[in-house]
Amino acid sequence: MQEWIDLLMVLVAVTNLAILGVSRLRTCIRLSAIQGALLGCLPLMVGPLESWGPILLALVTIAMKGWTLPWLLERSLVEAHVQREVQPFVGYNASILIGVIAIAASFWLNSRLPLPFTPAGTLMIPSAFFGVLTGLFILVARRIALNQVIGYLVLENGIYAFGLVLMPHQTLLVELGILLDLFVGVFVMGIAIFQINREFDHIDADRMTGLRDWSDE
Amino acid sequence: MIAALVLIPILAAIACLLIRDSRRLGAILIATATIHLILTGLCWAFEPGGLWQGWLALDEAGKLFLTIVSVLFAGSALYLQEYFRREADSPHESESVFIACLLFFLATMTLVTVSRHFSLLWVAIEATTLASAPLIYFHRSPGSLEATWKYLLICSVGIALALLGTFLLAAAGTAAPTPVELSVADLTIHARELDPAWLKAAFLFLLVGYGTKMGLAPMHSWLPDAHSEAPSAVSALLSGALLNCAFLGIFRTLQVCTAAGIDKFAGDILIAFGLISMGFAAIFLLRQVDYKRMLAYSSVEHMGILTLGIGLGGLGSFAGLLHAVNHSLTKAALFLLAGNIIFAYRSKSIESVSGLFGRIPATAILWAAGFFAIVGSPPFGTFVSELTILRAALQQGHGWIAATYLGLLSLALIGMAGAVLKMLYGPSSSQGPLPENRLSLITPLIFAVLVLALGLMIPSGLSRTLASAAALIGGTAP
Repeated sequence: MQEWIDLLMVLVAVTNLAILGVSRLRTCIRLSAIQGALLGCLPLMVGPLESWGPILLALVTIAMKGWTLPWLLERSLVEAHVQREVQPFVGYNASILIGVIAIAASFWLNSRLPLPFTPAGTLMIPSAFFGVLTGLFILVARRIALNQVIGYLVLENGIYAFGLVLMPHQTLLVELGILLDLFVGVFVMGIAIFQINREFDHIDADRMTGLRDWSDE
Repeated sequence: MIAALVLIPILAAIACLLIRDSRRLGAILIATATIHLILTGLCWAFEPGGLWQGWLALDEAGKLFLTIVSVLFAGSALYLQEYFRREADSPHESESVFIACLLFFLATMTLVTVSRHFSLLWVAIEATTLASAPLIYFHRSPGSLEATWKYLLICSVGIALALLGTFLLAAAGTAAPTPVELSVADLTIHARELDPAWLKAAFLFLLVGYGTKMGLAPMHSWLPDAHSEAPSAVSALLSGALLNCAFLGIFRTLQVCTAAGIDKFAGDILIAFGLISMGFAAIFLLRQVDYKRMLAYSSVEHMGILTLGIGLGGLGSFAGLLHAVNHSLTKAALFLLAGNIIFAYRSKSIESVSGLFGRIPATAILWAAGFFAIVGSPPFGTFVSELTILRAALQQGHGWIAATYLGLLSLALIGMAGAVLKMLYGPSSSQGPLPENRLSLITPLIFAVLVLALGLMIPSGLSRTLASAAALIGGTAP
């Protein structure tokens, strides 16, 4: 089972790298959906299958991260009229390079912090750290609100993967990670309702009148 | 009792969503605030029992912060009665949604103070963000939209990192021979069995995560925007109550670190964050053009002061907690007064406000008193707590920390003094004094008197609570 878990974690890391290098928002959303679905399979491999807990967790995760959130994101993508991020703070090639450095950093962190127990997969912790670093990087390196939300999703997925490492030892902890999805939902709603396309200095007064209409309803 | 403290505001919030009559909304708000205050008072008289196998319980630190939350909420509720009448003609969110969110906010903050389990604490702090975001967006202006978005995004990244910190704490717990629950009690008992490296990592992530919410520099960037754009009563609650709730998250972590014997490591980092926050705030206070932003940066400064206090440990822990009380009361009063000034001058810029004494004299007198209190001059309570932190630094032989601390305090004083003097004196417009509403003055007056009283004498009950709360993180009473 360990090889399968590690293979899955490699795939997750690959989606992270791909998200770093892609400018088309729709592709980014699809990639985050794939990542969510991959992570959704993980509880089935890690957790003891005698109980219903891991199966339920897997179903909820796939439903949330693999389907609901990407669907919401795509919908607001249509409403916000943006296709791709043209001028990110850090370019796409540089982003991939930084991603590679982040992988190295994650392995270094992993070697510095040996776990008191043997995790289900040796690549779980480095991959989780990599997700966290990637997410944080996207949050600061991209301008478009939608891309920042994807960054947050990636960050969250990293934290979720870390929580899965602990699943056999702590009950009810990973499930908390699902609550973070609430924020993503709120962000997406924010984008959809307020049409936050760019940084704030670009929100112009025209759009804000639309806002008032909404509040009058 | 604990269940009632949390559930009553939630029920009241639901009632607000169903009722749309604005007069009755005000009554619900006041009634809930009063009940909450009475229940909190009862907690001082009788020890409330724990719930859910001790996940929910009120210890001395929780009781202290619960009281701050409850007192500030009651004061703000009183102030808001007048506020809605004033703002009736400007565009804003529906009152029933606003008051419902306010009550949810109260419930979540109460939950933070009674959480004795790291998972629950995290959920509660996350919930405070969700409940308070609509409050910042009350005025529906592009500015408040920007502030709300920033608040949500930055604080939820903080919350995400805090969750990672909680996971790391659980990882540290796996080193113990028997399974360790993530409750404060269990972790402190088994603290020595936790893996120190993972515990240190957990402390860092929890500090950065909750520190974002608390407004520690350099993660404070949401704070000035949110505080300046929110309605004044909300700013008062954000600054006086919410920041303290986030601080409680750090306090709980420190509790575990102290029990595990890595308080030196944790203390040094806290001292660094404290001084950096004070430094950032001092720089931005020196050249501030907006008086609500000025108050917001002053909050960053004071969060720095209390972080420094508990970082020093010993006497500093006691003084830091006392400072939390003093700061909350003073800052809430100042934000509410700022609301009065905005109403009279229709501007948040320091430039366009002058001659407060001639225009709104009662507000001006309280504003001046609040200024003296916030910069820590005697005989106010802030003076006592700031001086005690200085004494703690000197006692432990941290000469340079004491010197930096004093230097930064005076920089902040200079920055704020220029702005406040300009607002108080200066040419007043020829129209003469404006009528001032008593409801908008009573809360700031009460808070100012309380801070003054704390400067003259700390009641023995409060002193005992402060001492036993400080003892949780290895502090000593003077």
